[in-house]
Amino acid sequence: MAPVISTNQLTKRFGQFIAANALTFEVDKGEIFGFLGANGAGKTTAMRMLCGLSIPSSGKATVAGFDVYTQTEKIKQNIGYMSQKFSLYDDLTVAENIRFYAGIYGMSTPAIKAKTNELLQELQLEKEAKTLVRALPLGWKQKLAFSVAIVHEPDIVFLDEPTGGVDPVTRRQFWDLIYAASDKGVTVFVTTHYMDEAEYCNRVSIMVDGVIAALDSPANLKQQFSANNMEDVFYELARNAKRKAD
Amino acid sequence: MRQLITFIRKEFLHVFRDRKTLLMLFGLPIAQIVLFGFALSNEIKNSRIAVVDYSKDASTTRLISKIAASDYFDIQRSLAGAEQLQAAFKKGDIKMAVIFPANFGDDLMHTGKATMQVIADASDPNQATTITNYLSQIVTDYNTELAKDAGQPMQINPETQMLYNPELRGAPNFVPGVMALVLMLVCTMMTSVAIVKEKELGTMEILLVSPFKPVYIIISKLAPNLLISVLNLFIILLLSWLFLDLPVKGSLLLLVTSSILFILTSLSIGLLLSINAKTQQAAMMGSLMGMMLPTMLLTGFLFPIENMPLALQILSNLVPSRWYFIIVKRVMLKGLGITAVWREMLILTGMCLLLFTISLRKFKIRLQ
Repeated sequence: MAPVISTNQLTKRFGQFIAANALTFEVDKGEIFGFLGANGAGKTTAMRMLCGLSIPSSGKATVAGFDVYTQTEKIKQNIGYMSQKFSLYDDLTVAENIRFYAGIYGMSTPAIKAKTNELLQELQLEKEAKTLVRALPLGWKQKLAFSVAIVHEPDIVFLDEPTGGVDPVTRRQFWDLIYAASDKGVTVFVTTHYMDEAEYCNRVSIMVDGVIAALDSPANLKQQFSANNMEDVFYELARNAKRKAD
Repeated sequence: MRQLITFIRKEFLHVFRDRKTLLMLFGLPIAQIVLFGFALSNEIKNSRIAVVDYSKDASTTRLISKIAASDYFDIQRSLAGAEQLQAAFKKGDIKMAVIFPANFGDDLMHTGKATMQVIADASDPNQATTITNYLSQIVTDYNTELAKDAGQPMQINPETQMLYNPELRGAPNFVPGVMALVLMLVCTMMTSVAIVKEKELGTMEILLVSPFKPVYIIISKLAPNLLISVLNLFIILLLSWLFLDLPVKGSLLLLVTSSILFILTSLSIGLLLSINAKTQQAAMMGSLMGMMLPTMLLTGFLFPIENMPLALQILSNLVPSRWYFIIVKRVMLKGLGITAVWREMLILTGMCLLLFTISLRKFKIRLQ
């Protein structure tokens, strides 16, 4: 089976500064791929290139089978994105938010209606359909944000530190949603600061100073670095970093 | 296209949810009209005037006593000659002078027609118009009275001269001024805030990752503001027609077209502001300080541009509202057609295109 994301020597330079250096990795369909790294390690740059927001300086990459240089519009059709800010409209209702995000991906009105009902049911938010998002608890907002990110049923969803600021129980519930999506065949590309979350991933890559310092399943990484948990693995790699966080 | 409609609908939802802002948007022009229209043009009583009577006959004496009897006027003194008028006006002793020429009584007797001269201090144009109107009323009444006595039509024509401010700058000027100010403010502020809000919320990132075209974002953001501004325009025109007796004398179509041109220019300015502003507050302050002050000061409706230092006169050419103000005055108040305003419209079009192109390009660059 062809990988969903495939990069080869992918590099982004800003003048003299090499933000992402010769990244080479593959992500399989339905995989939950953790993308770790200290602040300033180059995670965001890499992710922006894969989302078609930033043109690479050199190297190759395809996302959902489309080239990141020439087919960014195709890529955008086939990916979802959720940022740490959740990115919902506070002054719109739950249903209006879903309708809006489905709408800008060009879904038809009947499809949007069906999808809205389905999502509300899944999230158990039927009663809150006409509630303004402003009034929802943080955990619900987060789940809603994830659901609207995959409302158009993309091949891949990029999650940029999606669990910032919520409690461990809510985080665990959020990961249940991620697993559910992954079971349906959606590839999940997630960055995080929480090392317990790294354990939930199928595979993890750890970036240090713009390069990928390690890439394997959490179990293998722990073995390789003779560490008890991912926290120790990360610390082992990141303490040698020369770049200061920006 | 469906995507664009989705987005525009969302923008309208934002606008309608925010009741307070909506109220402010429509309250602003109404408040301005009421303020300028009523508070500033109240009835004026006991205006001090001077009378110079070279004719000194029965008809002038009767007319003068009528004027003196009116509540509106307080005859300060009767001057021997017109030479003294200048000084009296300059000192501010009198607001108006009435002069009867030497042949006034003869003319009236023999031809049934006579001309009197009315000179008003128009440095306060509102007041000048009001009191000359009071006087005309008295003269018209007197004409009717005379005609009844004589059994034939009699006509005294007051020949009015506005001193210091012959164009009566200020009086009906405020309506075009309010139009320029309100449209400019609403458009720049609403637009810049709307876009910066998406950045603050983090929703802009999502939009950029989606296949939604950046130019659509701009169009959707502008659509509700354009509609609100056009509505505002009609509110102002309606209010000034109904309550201030200022109908649109020229072509309504021409006025609306040039207003839309001005609205689009202001929207582009808002767009440009939003690209540089990081927070909603910054965008708001930028529109208020950056746009409101130049609009108030350099448009020419509060202070005549001709009286400004040269540097400010040159600077005022860059203010779009200055050109719009000229167009509105000519089309709305003077009833002139396109031949009188095509140059100003061309300038506005140029500004609009330039600003929109710059903001569109800058907006795209930010997405890279």
